[in-house]
Amino acid sequence: MTNFQLANVTPAAPEIFLLGAICLVLVIDLFVADKNRIITYFLAQLSLLMTLVITLFTISNDTQLAFSNLFVRDGMADVLKIAIYLATFVVFLYAKDYLRDRDIFKGEFYTLGLFGVLGMMILISAHHLLTIYLGLELLSLSMYAMVALQRDSRSSSEAAMKYFVLGAIASGMLLYGMSIIYGVTGSLELANVASKIGNQVPGVLLSFGLVFMIVGIAFKLGAVPFHMWLPDVYQGAPTAVTLYISSAPKLAAFAMMIRLLVDGMMGLHEHWQGILVILAVLSMGLGNLLAIAQGNIKRMLAYSAISHVGFLLLGVLTGTDEGFATSMFYTLAYVLMSLGGFGMVIMLSRRGFEAENLDDYKGLNERSPWYAFMMLILMFSMAGVPPFLGFWAKLAVLEQVINNGMLWLAIVGVISSIIGAFYYLRIIKLMYFDKAEDTSPLSSSPDMQVMISFNSLAVLGLGLFPGGLMALCINAIAG
Amino acid sequence: MIALSDVLILGAILFSLSVAGIFLNRKNVIILLMAIELMLLAVNMNFIAFAYFLDDIAGQIFVFFILTVAAAEAAIGLAILVVLFRNRHSIDVEDLDSLKG
Repeated sequence: MTNFQLANVTPAAPEIFLLGAICLVLVIDLFVADKNRIITYFLAQLSLLMTLVITLFTISNDTQLAFSNLFVRDGMADVLKIAIYLATFVVFLYAKDYLRDRDIFKGEFYTLGLFGVLGMMILISAHHLLTIYLGLELLSLSMYAMVALQRDSRSSSEAAMKYFVLGAIASGMLLYGMSIIYGVTGSLELANVASKIGNQVPGVLLSFGLVFMIVGIAFKLGAVPFHMWLPDVYQGAPTAVTLYISSAPKLAAFAMMIRLLVDGMMGLHEHWQGILVILAVLSMGLGNLLAIAQGNIKRMLAYSAISHVGFLLLGVLTGTDEGFATSMFYTLAYVLMSLGGFGMVIMLSRRGFEAENLDDYKGLNERSPWYAFMMLILMFSMAGVPPFLGFWAKLAVLEQVINNGMLWLAIVGVISSIIGAFYYLRIIKLMYFDKAEDTSPLSSSPDMQVMISFNSLAVLGLGLFPGGLMALCINAIAG
Repeated sequence: MIALSDVLILGAILFSLSVAGIFLNRKNVIILLMAIELMLLAVNMNFIAFAYFLDDIAGQIFVFFILTVAAAEAAIGLAILVVLFRNRHSIDVEDLDSLKG
């Protein structure tokens, strides 16, 4: 009879609580009539806030491992998880009226959304190839189903199918890479993988595994040339789901990249650096160029997301702690801007009308000067105009690239962001200098109005005082 | 005696077949789903071969998880397929072209 020890589960307390809460929401939702669906919404928000409180109470300064080293909790995990709770909270808030107006105000949106959050948390805290895979699949499967939530829409079912097929290919590639890494190193645990790889020159098999792994990561991030799914999914999915997909999962994808490439394969840095440089250059260039040609704002923001992924790769490819911290800062900044951007699309839409075309933004200033100003902040920030948050994020990653002796890469980044400025400024021009075709006043609930103003002002405020957020990222990566 | 490389080559062939199946197939979405399953099975082949030759149980455990997730994935894929067929009355890959730009 072996000694049975109760595993130390405290580091995973937020995940365990959230799992319990989701099951509870799922069961309660069954007994809620359609007209009282708001109860599910409040329960989902409450579970997120409670998980936030539990995370804050169980925070610890040192790195903790749990479940036979399957699970790790460190500074980066805590900061990213908290950002995910807040981002999802905002997503649920923005989505509420949108879903109700389109008769898809169902419990499934919230339970799948929360399961996605759980998947992201597991992915962020993964310390083993198995936990990475399971977290990723929990997130992906929830997102496939969410895209298809609007069952009678042709475009959303097509988007769901495309997302599913390409996402499954990505998982397959990632798994194939994992199997080879496992074969070469004889271990699935990231710390053991890292120590086995050491600093030796990799053999053919190891490089093979590394390439497949990076293809999988690039697919999930949406980096060119593995970006095909992203514009179709962003455009086809209901805007509330696009809002979800474009925000918190980016943080999880960033964490996955850090876990695999840095925690697991830092010894191969000079080998993966070259691949990431190519991905970054292509993403920044093509993303910004193709965005110019788009007439649909969701599609345009999707290409803009691709170009932002290129920028966030810049920090990671330097392979330094400062580089990872600036990438993390970039990801957090992007999530905040993306929430605001898609939030505005939701706000301008109403029952039977989707503000999807650029022309729908004409003369927004006449209809509502305040929200035109909010959109102006978001667009300037995405374009990287000082003093908004996006400027500091771009500046920080470019600085890291230059510090690591890749001046040409920084020049490519600057040129592509100048190209990118064109389509962001076009929206501002449409809002301020064109005549409105549709002069109906904006109608949205007060909580949404407050939150979207707060969201945009946070982009401005953090842009004026970026030091705190930056220090947070540097501490998180160091600790 | 079967060597590790033999099994790895079989795994690689299965994987290439599934990738070819996904990218060459222009007819039916169900064939795509089958190719995706084949892809996961090729990975399983790799894991089992490595687990056997490394004499390590972790790889085999991973296979069980992949099988379970593959089942869940197939369920979601087929559910999306049903929704797609209801909306379009066709499951041809070539008809999935309304989103582009």
